[in-house]
Amino acid sequence: MKARITITLKPGVLDPQGKAIEGALHALGFGAVDGVRQGKYIEVEVTESDPDKARAEIERMCEQLLANTIIENYAYELEAA
Amino acid sequence: MKASIIVFPGSNCDRDAAVALEAAMGKAPTMVWHGDSELPKSDLILLPGGFSYGDYLRSGAMAAHSPVMREVVRRAKAGTPVLGICNGFQVLTEAGLLPGVLMRNATLRFICKDVLLKVERNDTRFTRAYELGEVVRFPVAHKDGSYFADEDTLDRLEGENRVAFRYCEASGAVSEAANPNGSRRNIAGIYNETGTVLGMMPHPERLVDPALSGTDGTKMFASLVETLH
Repeated sequence: MKARITITLKPGVLDPQGKAIEGALHALGFGAVDGVRQGKYIEVEVTESDPDKARAEIERMCEQLLANTIIENYAYELEAA
Repeated sequence: MKASIIVFPGSNCDRDAAVALEAAMGKAPTMVWHGDSELPKSDLILLPGGFSYGDYLRSGAMAAHSPVMREVVRRAKAGTPVLGICNGFQVLTEAGLLPGVLMRNATLRFICKDVLLKVERNDTRFTRAYELGEVVRFPVAHKDGSYFADEDTLDRLEGENRVAFRYCEASGAVSEAANPNGSRRNIAGIYNETGTVLGMMPHPERLVDPALSGTDGTKMFASLVETLH
């Protein structure tokens, strides 16, 4: 199975990269842009075929390494290989 | 006194730290490769600066889970003093030995310059040789040095007197202007609950010889040698 994991900064955590991207979008004339937050996207293939077990594994991976839960939230979708 | 320096792939201040420790201790520390699961008996464990694992994922995140770190965490919890400098500080937060996280500098720039620091405590084995409130000049060299923790954690750190150093002006005033990287409350270094683990972004090991244009770092290594036998 494949997990598509999205890691985002928690609300309120300063994101200077997002701010810089927002500034660049404004400079390109995208006046409607009203906030940019940058995150990470990670794909993980797992050999586990039981979705519940795969979910439990992915969550442990996120908690232990992939996300720093002091500053980041994570979400994921599982898809069959 | 026996000291160990943990070397990760991408560490680049390990030898500077070894020179500083040898000058203070009179003998060389042991260099321990991150892949080792054995760590010699040590009175001090030093996690050096650098860019372990190329800063992949998050600075310090991969190194925090190196085989040797399990033993470092165990020893730290048992009371062995641990000093994490720059990337070493990032590793300590990722390993859960210190609260908070080091985020991208507010300026988005890599900062490589000398900064002034206020010594907030001189009752620990790391800072005994400094005066309380002394202003010292240490170099910083980092892109991810903006200390972040939530307000409750920051209040707790201050309430428990766990801030080690703050970025300050020459007068000792802790101001926004003196904050190079956007760190919350100008925090440059913090202790764990017992004052035996210190993480700091500035580099004391780079100022231990007059030829390096200053010796403000010498007192930290002298403090350690004086209190650890």
